[in-house]
Amino acid sequence: MGCGVSKSNQFKNSGKAIKSAVLIQRWYRQFVARKEMRRRYTWHIFQSIEYSGEQAQIKLYNFLGYLMDNFTPTSNERNLISHIFRENEVCRDAEWERYFCYKNIEVPDIYSGPHLTFPLTVEQAVGLVEAFRNKKQLHSRYILQLLLETWKQLRLLPNINRISTCHSKEITICGDLHGQLEDLLLIFYKNDMPSLEKPYLFNGDFVDRGKDSIEILIILFSFLLVYPSEVYLNRGNHEDHIVNLRYGFTKEVLSKYRMHGKRILKLLQKIFSWLPLASVIDQKVLVLHGGISNTTDLSVLARVDRHNYVSALRPPKKRHQSVAGLSMDSDMDEDAGSTNKVFQRRPSLTFPKALAKDCFQNRSLQDFSDRLRVNTVEEVESHQKNRGLLGSENETSQSCESINSEDEWKQILDLLWSDPMTQDGCVPNEVRGGGCYWGPDVTEDFLNRHNLQLIIRSHECKQEGYEFCHNRKVLTLFSASNYYDVGSNRGAYVKLGPDLVPYLVQYQASSMIRELSVRQSVGRSERSAIKVLREQLFAHKSDLICAFKKLDSENKGRVSLSDWATAVESVLRLGLPWRIMRSQLVTGRSADGSIDYYEWFNELAIKGANADHIDQSLLETLYRHRSTLETIFRIVDTDNSGFITMEDFRQTWKLLSVYLKMEITEDAISDLAVTIDSNQDGSIDIEEFMEAFRLTDKKSRLERGRSMFMGTATDLTKLEGDPNI
Amino acid sequence: MAESKQSAEVTVSDVHKTIRAAFEAFDYESNNTVDVREIGTIIYSLGCFPTQADLHDLIAEVEEDHTGFIQLDSFLPVMSKVLLEHKFPPIPEDLLLQAFEVLDKEKKGYLEPEELMKYMTQEGELFTQEEMDEMLTALADHEKNVVFYKDLISQLTIDPDM
Repeated sequence: MGCGVSKSNQFKNSGKAIKSAVLIQRWYRQFVARKEMRRRYTWHIFQSIEYSGEQAQIKLYNFLGYLMDNFTPTSNERNLISHIFRENEVCRDAEWERYFCYKNIEVPDIYSGPHLTFPLTVEQAVGLVEAFRNKKQLHSRYILQLLLETWKQLRLLPNINRISTCHSKEITICGDLHGQLEDLLLIFYKNDMPSLEKPYLFNGDFVDRGKDSIEILIILFSFLLVYPSEVYLNRGNHEDHIVNLRYGFTKEVLSKYRMHGKRILKLLQKIFSWLPLASVIDQKVLVLHGGISNTTDLSVLARVDRHNYVSALRPPKKRHQSVAGLSMDSDMDEDAGSTNKVFQRRPSLTFPKALAKDCFQNRSLQDFSDRLRVNTVEEVESHQKNRGLLGSENETSQSCESINSEDEWKQILDLLWSDPMTQDGCVPNEVRGGGCYWGPDVTEDFLNRHNLQLIIRSHECKQEGYEFCHNRKVLTLFSASNYYDVGSNRGAYVKLGPDLVPYLVQYQASSMIRELSVRQSVGRSERSAIKVLREQLFAHKSDLICAFKKLDSENKGRVSLSDWATAVESVLRLGLPWRIMRSQLVTGRSADGSIDYYEWFNELAIKGANADHIDQSLLETLYRHRSTLETIFRIVDTDNSGFITMEDFRQTWKLLSVYLKMEITEDAISDLAVTIDSNQDGSIDIEEFMEAFRLTDKKSRLERGRSMFMGTATDLTKLEGDPNI
Repeated sequence: MAESKQSAEVTVSDVHKTIRAAFEAFDYESNNTVDVREIGTIIYSLGCFPTQADLHDLIAEVEEDHTGFIQLDSFLPVMSKVLLEHKFPPIPEDLLLQAFEVLDKEKKGYLEPEELMKYMTQEGELFTQEEMDEMLTALADHEKNVVFYKDLISQLTIDPDM
């Protein structure tokens, strides 16, 4: 086509213009569709990882609990994990005051953060918001004081808040915030802060994942104290110290508050257990964090002793046993004995094994340790020395109570962990590992039985910040924008007036969105999801090579694209469109389109500082289970110093090898330990250890210093001023 | 050293698998149906570049009784044929560039938003206002507020891996 066209030939001109327009339209529409497809599988990857992390945490917890009950290890090993099973033994007020006493904590003169006096005033609460906006940190003395006051207030509240929108007051309801202070500030900016005229209800998951969880708690608790009749809080599944160990809240508090972090966390355990479980507005709208099941009964929930459920993942403590006599500092062994008598464990109500679903949307990234069929009973029996501790005399006295307790426990678990599904019925939520999937028929029945008209819940990230389902009878509300990555989703809050018609407001924090260029916005989320996927691929190297070899009958070290996709799917079982994604996962490609798989693994390989001479399969194991490993480390690190001793390190590996049913030789562990303890002082820096096994490739050198071991992508994508993008 | 097994030709079963995977992404109730409004996205994401007219024809072939849903069983054979015959191949970069140059009458090297909008919303297979707004947000340079089409083409042309 020539470029010079005679101006007089208008008809020819416009014909060409039309053709060109059509071409461009075609091209652009294709581009948009491709983008949409990538967005979907990117979302799916992130969500799978998030849920599989939850599932892995529950599995780990169950495993450790089983060990505690049935396995009598040497006292060293017991020490390692027993402390997370210790109930809040401090029950007498006097002991409380002593342990949580803030009075002897001095605030130094150089402290430039806010000072608090009690009773708290509105000005102070508002001042805290300002201070946090300006990146100040509240002193631990004031935090402890604030938490004590909060605890006293929460104890007065019922399990189910009863809220009324009379006097034309509209209530604002917010969903998950997950430590994302920017979103809370944005909500307050758009909607004003809580006040007598502006009641608020926060629907759980205030903490974990984001980096300002403690600041969010401080703000919410302050407003709760200042406006006790206008501010309401519901508990979420992340208001749970077991979950916090994996998802970052524990780590955040300990790193911000090195001296008193442990105390703060202990007090928060108690506070979380005292958070109300649900709220009902005008007797018509139920607001709770997760959802319901076909057995959910509000009258049962209204009657439980909610504070017995410090973690929703473990059975409630026994009321009959006297716990009051135990003090915080009692000897480990003494504790262990009484702990076992007190906490008669029952079969877990959580679901350690993921059920494979065949659909793209419902697939989870399974923690493949379950494929090894960890049969803890067998393993444990082979290690057992002494079964004496589990006294059978305890069982009969507990059995009559156990049924009711188990019912209650399930009620609470369902409430905090369930998700809605499109099909009718109610099935266990095996993707997350707790709660149920419940269908529209269950909603209908539940609403009728309780004379309600709407359920508002959170717990699931939604691209628009909210989503209706079940004939608009269930509203999911999510208030953490850009949750998976910058630009991944909006946040939303809902306003409800006396007409009880939900009015939704959406937002998206970070002005960065608008400034991203085309290339940036198309690729960004996807790149981080792909990165995470590459890690998973690397972590399953042995299985993948095995699968490739089966298809590479002539042993050429290559497979066709189609075979590659088949093999990858058979190992990872994610139901992803691998063929479409190939170009992002495999850069090398030969003329005939086949893939050299050994070369491919070199591309994906971990390049850690000291990792070269370490046994490859051990490395792979470690990499695959790094999130679990880090969690165990944090459990083992009882004084929360960030360091564990060599001895504890060895014990950790023994635990892990039992859990994974894997052979890890003493030598291999010693090699590992020696490598990591570079200054040979007998202790291992946890962060440094995890850092050494980070997946690095040419493009991601920027990742150093950022932890992605919570198994989430949020941490690794919030790169400030990343020139590479 | 291409073996017949590993030749560049894809087999029918490969094609089926790929189509299935793309289809499932939009099969929310896991019952092998998708909303007809999503079919366009599925077809595009399989690497095809049909016009709107082509899409309408395709949909007419697979949709039954105007239910608003498309069954995988109907879709699979029709789509397989499309892929195996390379019916809607990608647009070569140079052709795309020429198309933009036709619209850029003054040969500036870029297009003003108004220029682009005029063509996209008034000529050919018209964009809706929403599509137009989205296109400008995505493609316009944020500082200068014009569309540098040359750069875009090389950045955004996606390598089809079928």
